Amino acid sequence: MKIAVCVKAVPDAATGRRLDPATRRLDRGGDLALSDFDSHAVEEALRVREARGGEVVVVSMGPARALEALRKTLAMGADRAVLVADDALAGADLLVTARALAGALEREAPALVLFGQQSADGDGACLWAAVAELLRRPAVSQVSELAVGDGAVTGKRQTEYGYERVRAPLPAVVAVSDAINEPRYPTLKGIMGAKSKPQETLSAAEVGGAAESRTAVLALAPPPPRGESRRIEDDGAAAERILEFLAERRVL
Amino acid sequence: MRPSDYPPPWRVEEAFAAPSDPDPVEVGVLVVGAGPAGLAAAIRLGQLAAQEPGRLGEIPVAVLEKGKGPGAHLLSGAVVRPGPLRALAGEFPSYGEVPGEAVYFLTRGRAWRVPTPPTMRNRGNVVVSLSQLGRWLAERAEEAGATLLPETPAVALLLEDGRVVGVRTADRGRGREGEELARFEPGSEIRARVTVLCEGTAGHLTGAALERFGLAGAGPQAWALGVKEVWRVPRPLPRVIHTMGWPLRAGARFREFGGSFAYPMGDELVSLGLVVGLDYRDVELSAHDLLQELKTHPLLRGLLEGGERIAWGAKTIPEGGFVALPRRFHAPGLLLCGDGAGLVNVPALKGIHYAVESGRLAAEAAWGGELSAYDEALRASFLWRELREVRNMRQGFARGFWRGSAQAGVATATRGRLPRDDRPTERDADQELFATGRASSYPEPDGKLTFDKLSSVFLSGNRTRDDQPSHIRVAAEVPGELARMWARMCPAQVYELAEGGAAGAGGGLVRVAITPSNCVQCGAITAKGGRLTPPEGGSGPEYTLT
Amino acid sequence: MRALVFLEHHGDAIAKASLGVLARARSLGEAEGVLAGEGVRGLAGAAGGVVWVAEDPRLAPPLPAPRVDVLAKLVRDEGFDAVLFAQSVLASDVAAGLAARLDAGLNWDLADLVEQDGVLVGKRPALADSVWVDAGWTSGVRLALFRAGAFDPAPDAPPAEVREAAVELEPHSLLAELVEAASDEGESGPSIEDADVIVAGGRGLGGPEGFALVEALADALGGAVGATRAVVDAGWYPYSAQVGQTGKTVSPKLYVAVGISGAIQHKVGMQGAGTIVAVNKDPHAPIFEYADLGVVGDLHEIVPRLTELLRARRG
Repeated sequence: MKIAVCVKAVPDAATGRRLDPATRRLDRGGDLALSDFDSHAVEEALRVREARGGEVVVVSMGPARALEALRKTLAMGADRAVLVADDALAGADLLVTARALAGALEREAPALVLFGQQSADGDGACLWAAVAELLRRPAVSQVSELAVGDGAVTGKRQTEYGYERVRAPLPAVVAVSDAINEPRYPTLKGIMGAKSKPQETLSAAEVGGAAESRTAVLALAPPPPRGESRRIEDDGAAAERILEFLAERRVL
Repeated sequence: MRPSDYPPPWRVEEAFAAPSDPDPVEVGVLVVGAGPAGLAAAIRLGQLAAQEPGRLGEIPVAVLEKGKGPGAHLLSGAVVRPGPLRALAGEFPSYGEVPGEAVYFLTRGRAWRVPTPPTMRNRGNVVVSLSQLGRWLAERAEEAGATLLPETPAVALLLEDGRVVGVRTADRGRGREGEELARFEPGSEIRARVTVLCEGTAGHLTGAALERFGLAGAGPQAWALGVKEVWRVPRPLPRVIHTMGWPLRAGARFREFGGSFAYPMGDELVSLGLVVGLDYRDVELSAHDLLQELKTHPLLRGLLEGGERIAWGAKTIPEGGFVALPRRFHAPGLLLCGDGAGLVNVPALKGIHYAVESGRLAAEAAWGGELSAYDEALRASFLWRELREVRNMRQGFARGFWRGSAQAGVATATRGRLPRDDRPTERDADQELFATGRASSYPEPDGKLTFDKLSSVFLSGNRTRDDQPSHIRVAAEVPGELARMWARMCPAQVYELAEGGAAGAGGGLVRVAITPSNCVQCGAITAKGGRLTPPEGGSGPEYTLT
Repeated sequence: MRALVFLEHHGDAIAKASLGVLARARSLGEAEGVLAGEGVRGLAGAAGGVVWVAEDPRLAPPLPAPRVDVLAKLVRDEGFDAVLFAQSVLASDVAAGLAARLDAGLNWDLADLVEQDGVLVGKRPALADSVWVDAGWTSGVRLALFRAGAFDPAPDAPPAEVREAAVELEPHSLLAELVEAASDEGESGPSIEDADVIVAGGRGLGGPEGFALVEALADALGGAVGATRAVVDAGWYPYSAQVGQTGKTVSPKLYVAVGISGAIQHKVGMQGAGTIVAVNKDPHAPIFEYADLGVVGDLHEIVPRLTELLRARRG
């Protein structure tokens, strides 16, 4: 069974995530690391492969430097990495990214496509739905338990209203939540073997061309001030004052 | 009461193991530590291996690094003598040549310019961030064919018939009580023909190897603790500055040897720090807080006004010098390099180029197959001659600043011929402690110029996983005074008196509350009565600019 | 702007957040709602105004793909230039699928929508709320997902005018099947990451028994319990409740910090909270620098009293 995992290499938290005031985009100049959320998706793919055999291909879109971050997935046990890297895709928004990934996925024709829950740098929690629509296949999100059968998957999902189960025939797109598993640490042998696993870089043209972004960042601004910090000393009626404050702020 | 009266629960046997993995990873040469010594060794080995591929096997060189990546645990001033590194790896990134320099003697309110001691002259040297340099060196090492393995501490040397045949790496994914968590991954065994230890200051395996193989030198090693910050400043600092005197005290009984530095990193950044020998005696001495106090001095305050602190870190420096060097730098299958072997020129504040040189020489010996050649090469090298010349300069300061300076002056003037003998070094943990109330002079952190320890630890990038076993070994119950000394000593606020513990001076024993996840692995505890062992890989600081 | 607002419903009620988005949209231009499901016609009154109703048994399960079909057809047929959603698990999937279907820009996690120089601009906090982004669209149809609770519903709804929305579903939209409907598995209280209210305890509690106060207050507020690294280290509360740099990052509407000093390692885990109330006896505690309401006093007196008042208010 061919399982594709869509991952993103994001700026490493240590070297500081910041928006570049000049381009108004995330400064991706520093070190890139595999998004934490995506490691759950990679882990799940590895488990599916362990249960049912097959191949795990990691697919990503990003700058050429992202290949290094993808190596971690190979060190964990993925078989191949495919990176769509093209200057024309810099600053891609949701749709451009979805198109590039869908293009790469069409080339691979996997039975199952996994995504992590959200992108650690853009807080975008819905890329998979766009990709699934472009592939014209079903998508199941927020999956905290995944059962893979012959020809279909059943995901236990957590929504605001509790847990439900959704079944989708393969090929399907599944976005897993971070509750689904504990990602394994790469072993030493895994790390050392990662370098020799196949890593492919594709241009935008090879995945259907670079579309134009449909959204734009117009400006950056400092956050609105939190408002005045109020300080009171307890004079015996502190609890009452807190209650008043909470009512005022409408958080009750 | 001395810290050494309460030794930590640690036995040297813990750092050794017999190989037991039927399918270990095999490499040609294993380098432990991706610092300047280790990466220089890897680069040199890569150059040699290119001439004769296959001689070192499928994986000729592997470099283990316990931090998140190369540079994550590297910290120094730093002003580097560029020759050895240029010769090895070509032009390396730096912040340019030292633009000028000045040395000051400080009192609380004034700065007295003094002539630069000959040992401290920096003409032709360059300012670098060691962490950045480490990342650059790692790229060169990988280009040369080395395999870099970050987040991989070496916790034990593998011994077979008295010969070092590799290392065992750390487990990952244990809980606080040592239990195996869901993602537990046991450590691996890596076998190598030669293991080169480049662990840096207070190196875990290096210390154990010195003991086990009887390699220790004439005198015990001693350390200093340095705490530094990097600031973005509105006006450039036009020269390299070193200071002596305030806030350290000159009196012999205090044994506060050290000083401070401020180095320009280009026009926009300044690296500044304070270094103090860990043979100090005052329970209340806190290097971090002394640095905060130092920044309030008119000489530095003006420099930093309107600026922003963007980095912080702490690390120890071996100070024993020539007298504390191992009597032999090799054992069967093993070589010792860099700061871990004590190769630091204290009066000149230089160790990086020695690390590079020793790494290069170790690589050549490992390649040649005859490890004793390493010792010969070290003794024939410039670094041996220089270290011998300054061998007695530090020890005099045990008698206070003025007598120490006088003795150092004599040693400088005679280029080491006087005093004739090798003055002994003393163990930091053997110093008798007393309290002076000094802490009352430490400034309250204002969040603009002066800062508390916790926010500093945050700035170091430390995100260590909390629920792992503690990597700090200290006696479980100690006198309150010793606990208080550790609490002040540690720049990362790892040690505190346990809630409800009696803190009477010299009274009953207390338990020390430890927050190991704050630890930035500076090594001070190893000098002052406990022992630092490596935590899970990737723990500790993530330095980028230090 | 002529907006279509997705009105998510559960059981017999339209989600409050959806009504909030509808209210905001109406303040900016024309806005019509859409309800999709089975037997949902009766809910239109809660929204009022023009409400498109797509009724079909195939829309009964709360799955996203069929809703993409319904909304896409409405947009094409009626010429809406904006489709607005209140963020939820379902809405996010619908919005992204719709964006792909219509080749329309989607901005998400917006905290507000305004008109600036005649142009619609979304306001979005980014990077743990440390910077705000003005997000715009270059497509003709503009899609937006708004943070839950960003807007309040209008106090009353005008009379509803129901219109029938056609239900023409693509084959691939019918592939996913709801096998088991949502049910609460009887978990006690919301999990800390999803909770709207968190009451967290720190060293100031004095000991593990102090958490009884915290739990009681959390219960009275309908929230979850959090803890600082220090008390988790000391074994007073489990690691799963740890909030902070090496614990969980939370952004509830209300965060009540009891006996917490507020060092930066803790702050980065909760600074995105809507309202922060801190109770601590140390007036110099760093938490007072960023709490919206700081109370200097004895938590052992203040917290139980507050719990009592809240219970009385409820009952």
